[in-house]
Amino acid sequence: MSWSWVEPVLAIIGLAVITLVSRAFFMIPERELPLPGWLKRGLKYAPLAALAAVIAPELFMTQGRFIHTLLDARLPAVACAVGYYFWRRDILGTIVVGMAVYLPLHIGLGW
Amino acid sequence: MTPQGSQPQGLGDDLRALARDPHARLGVKDMIGTCLGIGAWGLVTGVAMVKSGMDAPMAIFMSLLVYAGSAQLAVLPLMAVGAPLWVVWLTASCVNLRFVIFSSMWRNYFHYLPRKHRLAIAYFSGDVIFVAFMKRFPKPEPRPEQVPYFWGAACANWLAWQIPSIAGILLANAVPLSWGLGFAGVLALLGVLLSMLQDRATWLATIVASTAAIAAFALPLKLNILVAIAAAVTAGLLIEAADRHLRRPPFRLTVRSRATDPPLPPADPSEPAVAPLPEERRP
Repeated sequence: MSWSWVEPVLAIIGLAVITLVSRAFFMIPERELPLPGWLKRGLKYAPLAALAAVIAPELFMTQGRFIHTLLDARLPAVACAVGYYFWRRDILGTIVVGMAVYLPLHIGLGW
Repeated sequence: MTPQGSQPQGLGDDLRALARDPHARLGVKDMIGTCLGIGAWGLVTGVAMVKSGMDAPMAIFMSLLVYAGSAQLAVLPLMAVGAPLWVVWLTASCVNLRFVIFSSMWRNYFHYLPRKHRLAIAYFSGDVIFVAFMKRFPKPEPRPEQVPYFWGAACANWLAWQIPSIAGILLANAVPLSWGLGFAGVLALLGVLLSMLQDRATWLATIVASTAAIAAFALPLKLNILVAIAAAVTAGLLIEAADRHLRRPPFRLTVRSRATDPPLPPADPSEPAVAPLPEERRP
């Protein structure tokens, strides 16, 4: 029996600590850390920026490069999903509509 | 994890009390729309863990302990090739930097709770909960119903993630990754993002962030997310400042046309229909 499981276990415990510390960061101290006012106002754009930064490459890039063909199932799927969202303002429906467009094109036509 | 943060009863009693709390139910309800996407994303993450060469017990251990989808997906390829631990941890830290920013906002709502309870809340606070919570409680001040609301949403999110994730680990060979089920997770996040767009500034910040994230994609350690946040915060502050600047003249106009001012003369049809500037009307 080798010791090969030790390193992944260590890695995972470290990752769990990183999850906790990053999510708790400003909640750990008892007293509030002072932040300048402009930064506080600016930080309200951080959540949507983080989301956009995670989503945009998933939608418009293929293996680290910008999309180079319009025959990509993601494009019509996103267009329909966005359209549905602004019509009904419903996230569940947005997912369903997007997948309903995406899956046939992706699996059926191989886009 | 009682709503008040004390620990007199067991976890089971806490959960029963939570299930009866109307605010907790509201938290669950607010998460239902995105649960499908979270679940698909969890499933894909579970499958990806096993496909990267991890055995099932280790993958379940990781899913239950780390509980951070984007960080898990980012470090899987590194762990698969046996990258040094510090590279794995540094990558996860960079991907998680957005949570550091979120935590400064969580603090406004939960700073009065004991530290243990604050840490518990922090551990369970993912992206989607954050967005739902901030929409439900836009005013950054503590209210008693926020704690049960949070735990309701957190339980829903935890189940919506862990059950499909573990199912994906156990059924890894039956779930074809080539179907692109992870796209449902992207769509869920997209729906959340669209629900946050309220005005010009948020639209602009989103476009700037998306562009920056794609342009800076080649950076190591997923630092493109951080670049995108910095760019969007700058853009948001700039457009706020520009809006304030542009809005100033009409603002003065409304202030001046109070009852103390003489009423404006009726428009003369012979005059061109151009509104005079505020300066010109000043007595």
